[in-house]
Amino acid sequence: MTTKVSAQNIYKIFGPNPEKVFKLLDKGLTKDEILRKTGHTLGVIDASFDVEEGEIFVIMGLSGSGKSTLIRCVNRLIEPTRGKMFIDGEDILKVDNKQLRHIRRKKIGMVFQRFALFPHRTIIRNVEYGLEVQGIPVDERHRRSMEALELVGLADYAESYPHNLSGGMQQRVGLARALANDPDILLMDEAFSALDPLIRKEMQDELLDLQSKMKKTILFITHDLDEALKIGDRIAVMKDGVIVQIGTPEDILTNPANDYVSEFVQDVDRSKVLSASNIMKKPEVIFTKDGPHVALRKMKEMGLSSIFVVDKQRELRGLVTVDSLINNRKNLEKKDLNELIQTDIPTTSPDTPVRDLFGVAAEARYPIAVVDERHHLLGIVARVNILAAMSGEEVS
Amino acid sequence: MNLYDMTFRIPVGQAFSTLVELLDKRLESVFDFITYFLNTAVKGLEDALQMIPIPVMIILLVLLAWRISGRGVAVFTLVGFILIAGMDLWVETMQTLSLVFISAIITLGVGIPLGIWASRSDLLDKLLRPVLDFMQTLPAFVYLIPAILFFHIGRVPGVISTVIFAMPPAIRLTNLGIRQVPADVVEAAHAFGSTDNQLLVKVQLPMALPTIMAGINQTIMLSLSMVVIASMVGAPGLGKEVLYGVTQLDIATGFEGGLAVVLVAMFLDRVTESLGKGNQDNKNNQ
Repeated sequence: MTTKVSAQNIYKIFGPNPEKVFKLLDKGLTKDEILRKTGHTLGVIDASFDVEEGEIFVIMGLSGSGKSTLIRCVNRLIEPTRGKMFIDGEDILKVDNKQLRHIRRKKIGMVFQRFALFPHRTIIRNVEYGLEVQGIPVDERHRRSMEALELVGLADYAESYPHNLSGGMQQRVGLARALANDPDILLMDEAFSALDPLIRKEMQDELLDLQSKMKKTILFITHDLDEALKIGDRIAVMKDGVIVQIGTPEDILTNPANDYVSEFVQDVDRSKVLSASNIMKKPEVIFTKDGPHVALRKMKEMGLSSIFVVDKQRELRGLVTVDSLINNRKNLEKKDLNELIQTDIPTTSPDTPVRDLFGVAAEARYPIAVVDERHHLLGIVARVNILAAMSGEEVS
Repeated sequence: MNLYDMTFRIPVGQAFSTLVELLDKRLESVFDFITYFLNTAVKGLEDALQMIPIPVMIILLVLLAWRISGRGVAVFTLVGFILIAGMDLWVETMQTLSLVFISAIITLGVGIPLGIWASRSDLLDKLLRPVLDFMQTLPAFVYLIPAILFFHIGRVPGVISTVIFAMPPAIRLTNLGIRQVPADVVEAAHAFGSTDNQLLVKVQLPMALPTIMAGINQTIMLSLSMVVIASMVGAPGLGKEVLYGVTQLDIATGFEGGLAVVLVAMFLDRVTESLGKGNQDNKNNQ
């Protein structure tokens, strides 16, 4: 994995004399005190983060938290007051206007909250814009733009004008416009916030779907925690211009860095965010080579009423219950362990959301086995684990 | 000390007068060149328009109105210009049209670039504001006097005073139109790596066009409202008829001249207005 975007100690101070503000910052004055004293607004304070190639990095915060300012520092729509911003290892704050335009044209696409389409241009001419300013010949830019439009499913609307399209469709155009020049990095500034909830969900799914094919590096701004948890590989939580925590959705939910974050996440529907792998336990197992006696003894030791059976490669074979083993002994049937294994047991994949396990868990008499695609047993999920996770208890 | 008989006086008028005299001496050759150039342009256009036979000209104007504004305005144009010809004011009307046309070209040629510049520079915007206020509200007679000094009697001081009076809306509305382009659209253009010129030509000007067209319309209407004043410094045309009517108490001549001005004004207004709207309609219908 290579680092695509790296922000290092970015500050943005709005006002005529930002240098003065740094001194006050050093003295430990708060954002509000500085605003009252000097009239300077602190947009972003000492923000650092790295975004890896192919990652969706979400910057989340309420309005006024500085997230929109911060994302604009990435392509210098807003000039940071201090700090370094590396794109592919090159400090974009040091390049001249010509190089900056080059980077904006080739490497970075941007999608805006209110779509920001050009109302006087047709859809296809909107999508072409980024290629047009590069001076790419008409034929080629038309072809590439049509490809981008097809990607978002709007090829039929190429000759329409933006105001003829619904909000969701307009934002698809915004996305196509950002994708047309095939940039490595996508900046999405509250891209779905202006859309209806249903359309928003649809767009989120579509973005994830596109992302699984395209593997762009995406910086996504949102004020919606559910959205952040759903699409983010990692999330940076911002408050008052400061990044208070960076982590995976699970980190944010299970180990909030401070009271602000924990308050923020307390109302989250955890069942959508946590997956089977987050809550599964390490299982006790017996191997196929072990006999019924070994199995029974182990279950007695551990106080279990059933146990999973795996082969030498830890591939799941099934489950034996204590009842079947005792019956076997009582009836003096010298059955092999393999004959006693129940194979009809519930299994799930590690990234299944917990909410999808509710039904299975309610029906199943045994814990749910978590297996990978080669059917290796990774862990087990019992009802009690699900309940603990939902209540926000520490899960390990 | 009595406040009413202060001996103290700021000689603003004197200073202005001195400045005008100084400019007249220093820049005489420049003014002479401008005079020659503008006079030739207006006179040339007058002659050219008068070479076209009246019926042909009327048909041309009607076709123009029909193409741009539709049938209603075309019918009005037909009736209006037949009336003008019938009042025996055709030559004067062509003279007025020439003056208005040349004035408008100069006004827009200077005003629109200035407006663009002002939209990009807050400093220029601030500096221009009082200047534009001056141009719009200073009574025209005040600058007619220096205009005569610089450019002599005739068409040219008429053109100059018309340009001064008609330019502010061209500047203001161009500036306004560009500044009204939503910030996020401008941001988007930047984000895709537009140069400043690409931003202007591909985004700002097209989006500001309806407002700029309104400015052009205003400029032309104001130009027309200056024809009487232009005639006072010797420019030929419909204004001269009105002026004759006023000074000779000739109600009939004055009214005919005034009516012709109104007819020309309505024709120009409807046509330039549709020009602006036409652009928008095309966009909305497609």
